[in-house]
Amino acid sequence: MAMDAAFVGRSFPFADPYPVGAAKIREFAEAIGDLHPLYLDRVAAQSAGHPDVVAPPTFAILVIARAQEAVLFLPELGLDFSRVVHGDQRFVHHRPIVAGDLLTSVVHIDAIRVAAGNDIVSLRIEVTDPTGAAVCTAHSTLVARGAA
Amino acid sequence: MTTGTAPAAVAVGDELPPLTVTVTRGQLVRYAGASLDFNPIHWNQRVATAVGLPDVIAHGMLTMALTGRIVTDWTGDPTAVLDYGVRFTRPVIVPDDDAGATLEITAVVGEIDADAGTARVDITAKYDGRTVLGKARAVVRLP
Repeated sequence: MAMDAAFVGRSFPFADPYPVGAAKIREFAEAIGDLHPLYLDRVAAQSAGHPDVVAPPTFAILVIARAQEAVLFLPELGLDFSRVVHGDQRFVHHRPIVAGDLLTSVVHIDAIRVAAGNDIVSLRIEVTDPTGAAVCTAHSTLVARGAA
Repeated sequence: MTTGTAPAAVAVGDELPPLTVTVTRGQLVRYAGASLDFNPIHWNQRVATAVGLPDVIAHGMLTMALTGRIVTDWTGDPTAVLDYGVRFTRPVIVPDDDAGATLEITAVVGEIDADAGTARVDITAKYDGRTVLGKARAVVRLP
């Protein structure tokens, strides 16, 4: 089933903000094998000028995951999720993500195209804090492999 | 603070200290739990082969995280990474053994923006002698 190109340009605010926790940052840092003190030690993070421990650069995937999936799973979008692979991922950090942040994601559908029989959807997720300040812009491309 | 290995004056063409990392099945399970990405192709060989993969593969986001370490080890400060992006071009197949899969990561300074005080680092990640990421780039704030 082809994807619906009418979705290009639409935006989907996700109602449920993501609360960043120090324990989750620690779990994530341990899972990627990086025990940097800024991820684990509140005192070290504060001496470096941060309000609390900071998240590794790719932790942002956790922040956006549910908002992104809520859009990708929309039946009207027509994406065959059983055939989806991750095409590319980019995070532009406007400031570090820190424990205690409460982050809101708005998912924008920037492009939908077909290439080599695959459906390709490009999303941009704008992540902001409660004051509305930009924290991170994520760019995600998902590819639904065409049936052979 | 952790001190990075980057020199005081960074120049285009500078190579970052190379990095070798291994990925085992145990790490995939751990990353699945931490990242909440429970796609069975990352831990279940039966499901992986049923969808046409040779075996269980690493999460792309885990490969991205492990690869980015070459940059954060260099800057010493992970918050100096302002922009990090990759294209997932080839899966990292993780065998059911104790050795796991080995990633060979190299990186070079590709561009310096003196006005912005930033450098672009171009990263190469190889598994089994072949690149697994395309357009892997990070922009870092220089001290």
